[in-house]
Amino acid sequence: MVSLSNHEGDGASSSDRLRMRGIAEVRGEGTMDNLSSLKEELTRAAAAAADLAALEEVRIGALGKKGRITALMKELGTLSPEQRKAQGAALNVLKDEVAAAIEARKEALAGAALDAKLMEERIDVTLPARPESVGRIHPISQTVDEVVAIFGEMGFTVAEGPDIETDWNNFTALNIPPEHPARQEHDTFYLPGEVDGQRMVLRTHTSPVQIRTMLKAKPPIRIICPGRTFRCDYDATHSPMFHQVEGLVIDETTHMGHLKGCLIEFCRAYFGVDDLPVRFRPSYFPFTEPSAEVDIGCERSPAGLKIGHGSDWLEILGCGMVNPKVLENCGIDPARYQGFAFGMGLERISMLKYGIPDLRTYFESDLRWLRHYGFASLDMPSLVGGSYS
Amino acid sequence: MRFTLSWLKEHLETEASLAEIADKLTMIGLEIEEVVDRSRGLEAFVAARVLEAKPHPNADRLRVCKVDDGSQVFDVVCGAPNARSGMIGVFATAGMYIPGIKVTLKKASIRGAESNGMLLSGDEMGINDDHTGIIELPEGTPIGSPAVEAMGLSDPIIDVAVTPNRGDCLGVRGIARDLAAAGLGRLKPLDDSPVKGAFKSPIAVRRDLDEAHANACPMFVGRYFRGVTNGDSPQWLKDRLVAVGLRPISALVDITNYFTIGLGRPLHVFDADKVKGDIHVRMGRPGEKLAALNGKEYEIDGEMTVIADDEVAEGLGGVIGGEPSGCTETTRNVFLETAWFDPVRTAATGRRLNLQTDARFRFERGVDPAFLVAATELATKMIRELCGGEASELVIAGEEPAWRRLITYRPERTATLGGVTLAEQDQRRILQTIGCEVSGTAEAWSVVPPSWRGDMVGEADVVEEILRLHGYHHIPSVPLTRELTLPGAARTPEQRRASMARRTLASRGLVEAVTMAFVPAAQAELFGGAKESLRLVNPISADLDAVRPSVLPNLVSAAGRNADRGVSDLALFEVGPQYAGDRPEDQALVAAGVRAGKAGPKHWATPARPVDAFDAKADALALLAALGAPVENLQTTADAPAWYHPGRSGALRLGPKAIALFGELHPRIARKLGVKGPVAAFEVFLDALPRPKAKKGAAKPMLVLPAFQPVERDFAFVLDEGIAAEAVVRAVRQAEKQLIAEVRVFDQFAGPSLGEGRKSLAVNVVLQPVEKTLTDAEIEAVAKRVVDAVAKATGGTLRT
Repeated sequence: MVSLSNHEGDGASSSDRLRMRGIAEVRGEGTMDNLSSLKEELTRAAAAAADLAALEEVRIGALGKKGRITALMKELGTLSPEQRKAQGAALNVLKDEVAAAIEARKEALAGAALDAKLMEERIDVTLPARPESVGRIHPISQTVDEVVAIFGEMGFTVAEGPDIETDWNNFTALNIPPEHPARQEHDTFYLPGEVDGQRMVLRTHTSPVQIRTMLKAKPPIRIICPGRTFRCDYDATHSPMFHQVEGLVIDETTHMGHLKGCLIEFCRAYFGVDDLPVRFRPSYFPFTEPSAEVDIGCERSPAGLKIGHGSDWLEILGCGMVNPKVLENCGIDPARYQGFAFGMGLERISMLKYGIPDLRTYFESDLRWLRHYGFASLDMPSLVGGSYS
Repeated sequence: MRFTLSWLKEHLETEASLAEIADKLTMIGLEIEEVVDRSRGLEAFVAARVLEAKPHPNADRLRVCKVDDGSQVFDVVCGAPNARSGMIGVFATAGMYIPGIKVTLKKASIRGAESNGMLLSGDEMGINDDHTGIIELPEGTPIGSPAVEAMGLSDPIIDVAVTPNRGDCLGVRGIARDLAAAGLGRLKPLDDSPVKGAFKSPIAVRRDLDEAHANACPMFVGRYFRGVTNGDSPQWLKDRLVAVGLRPISALVDITNYFTIGLGRPLHVFDADKVKGDIHVRMGRPGEKLAALNGKEYEIDGEMTVIADDEVAEGLGGVIGGEPSGCTETTRNVFLETAWFDPVRTAATGRRLNLQTDARFRFERGVDPAFLVAATELATKMIRELCGGEASELVIAGEEPAWRRLITYRPERTATLGGVTLAEQDQRRILQTIGCEVSGTAEAWSVVPPSWRGDMVGEADVVEEILRLHGYHHIPSVPLTRELTLPGAARTPEQRRASMARRTLASRGLVEAVTMAFVPAAQAELFGGAKESLRLVNPISADLDAVRPSVLPNLVSAAGRNADRGVSDLALFEVGPQYAGDRPEDQALVAAGVRAGKAGPKHWATPARPVDAFDAKADALALLAALGAPVENLQTTADAPAWYHPGRSGALRLGPKAIALFGELHPRIARKLGVKGPVAAFEVFLDALPRPKAKKGAAKPMLVLPAFQPVERDFAFVLDEGIAAEAVVRAVRQAEKQLIAEVRVFDQFAGPSLGEGRKSLAVNVVLQPVEKTLTDAEIEAVAKRVVDAVAKATGGTLRT
């Protein structure tokens, strides 16, 4: 309807223009006034057409072979050249205006028809969408990725090795000879096979990967070794299989201050506590000398455990300067090279960070647990993503 | 290592509080496990005398007592059979909380007799489970004094985790010595002056050891005591032993335990009258057995150190004593053994016999090799004090094992290895406080550790001692500098693949599980066999006795367990190792998954359907594609292993190598693993995939877009039903390699119209012109080549 009134305005202004130019008006329906009223009549008829058929009738009545505008066009030949020119121009304007009005109505009618059709296609949008199951990443995998992201940033690369190891790689090379009391603390699973007189064991830590690396690589070495480890122990706080990550740095100058720097940075990044208190205590491991255990600050309350500043300490890892005997066992000159090693339980640090209460549940594959404690597939930890803290 | 505060103070003169002591212990490497105040909650109970205990007028088993707590006399009804007049008991009055029965006491009338308190049993105090009678305190206990004092409960217990290197701290004195070195007090001297022997020992000690075994027991100090009385130990000694978890037996035995815990010096006492002839130190003999003090019998072998008399084994050196010559209350004459046993041999003996004892624990961690004669003199004094009698001259066999070691130490190592700069005089002082002798030049010190520090063997140990006592907190933390300007890739392409596999499968709706690397051997049998080399020698339980040959069984079992909990439609995966043998190359990294039950939840628009082989195939292919495997070149063969459904499973091969398996799990195997419905499974062998190519750079090849519209044509072929769809697709592809861009199977059906044993397969072929738009004639020519190629390869004909 808006377009229709525009046409009306335009028509008025064009006949005004003709009049201003002093052009004599033709008589009958062809007079300027009549053209104006004809336009009004035809555009009104177009606008009023109830459907496409009615609109077509309007079109034929105006612009068809016997239409009224067509008839006026035919009369042009009877006019003088001057009149013809003026009248022709006026008729063309009229024709365009009427055609536009018909087209506009046609679009309006089609739109209304589509609207009606679409309304008939209406659905209940509250119905559930087609189901897609949602996968999850196991907390251990997530934790490994987090640890790799943090140490990777410090220039460590990931080294891996077999789960079934020789006694030598798992113990002797690490300065734990057969009757060493430290062996009693590793409840070792044995396999029947032997290699060069060495019993096969399920590795009790990922340290054999350090041994394998040192045997084949020359310093500088900077690796972390995440992986499955095994001990013959099963109770509320022990699982026969668990995961560890160990680290090893060997070069000519790394000392205990670097060990502290590296592990303090790791603990703070991993737990996402910028000023996390980290405490180093003397301890003992056959493969490091000096050795230390590392505690982080925490607060224990009836509400649970909170990592950070607090009145208490929580042990989370063991470390130390690599024992010169271990370097020697791996063919690295201890007079020239030195460095540190560390190791920690991945279940333990993930339990602490994510508040998972029971170690054994990690391996029970209970879907309710996996969905609850698992991670979104694209939640890949990265430094810039910030998703590891 | 458990001990009590008063025991520590017997050796350490200190003003430090218990909390300070505990904190210092932890910070010098003697980590506190716990500090137990056994008197907590019991402080209010007092020693009280039963003045009178009369039968209850209305109850046979009860007594009405008058109890004096020192300030007042109470009427108390008591049911204990040992309640009697004159005894001293532990008394609680109304309003006190009784921890053992979790009750706050109230005044009461019991069968008509008023009761204003309670005489307590050990059970009621919560200190033991003795409920047979009330506690009887020793005569002489001050009436009204806290009962915990008379009961020896006011002495806090300290429990320290001693690391295996610190054998010297397996005695209270060693701990006191370390605390003194750390500046927390002064070590009190011991009076180890010699006791003059009154006679020559009638028992001699013979070291019957050959050269090869001389170090099994390099030195044995003995002493004979005659005329001793082996009664109960005094209360203070009993209290200490009970506090650390030992049962008082008799004075002589208690003295040996007191030395073991107090001085870290295990001793043994023989009833001398039961020793036949002399004492021999020798290696075990074939078939020999020891009837040990713990009531068990042990078989001895030729590598075990035996302490014997002329006839039988009387003990295993450093491990356990023998029953036949054990001391009893009737023992009158005693032979004391103070010997030194080789740590390694002691450990080996104990391990072979699966026998842990306080003696073994110490000998295998190193007992002070220079503390034999002095310890014997100290023990002599204690035996004479508690048991009387007369001591013989010492009997000494062998000699002190060589223990002096000289370590060259460069004082700059505290900075270059330890990371902390410490003045040389401070370093020297620390070493001297722990008993080291220090000499040598300014650059290279000669450090001789004390006899009790067998763990100090190298320069790093010297650094550790200095750092330990100086305090690790003084080491400045230094950031680890990166070797390169940019961090390199932390993971190799292969390692990244495992992580990508996990996240790809999780994106497809599978939930990641991490399962044990073990399976029951019977299940291993179902998945490729339970190799002997993969059977654990010492499994933790029967259902975890084999290292898994496949990742699948644990996932399938997990599906079964979840179904039992009500979740039977599920999709689980694991990316983990499987093992074909015990060598490194036998371990393979596998991404395996199972889908069980229905393919999705009930839904209004999508009818539920059971999972099938194509779900598993889709997972396997999607994973392979995500990992960059050439999925276009894969061949599918219908020959998956026996744990799959024989007709509904396959292998995806790259050349001859199977890089993945998929299919429905064999229903019999699913049932055996506890799953009722269908299970679709896949295994993708990540190590078998082609190595990710080392790229020259990050740039990808230039994208060239075709200039012409592709053309699609559909074909339907009638084929023998045994013809694989993949064979048809391959034939179509090869018909016109340049133009055919894609071939898709979009329909398959069999029916009477086609004839018995026939099927129809419809494929959609996309032609991508390269040089110019194809004319109808050219398209027709390609179509004919397609039909001919299929006919030639499969015998199929175009369906008309």
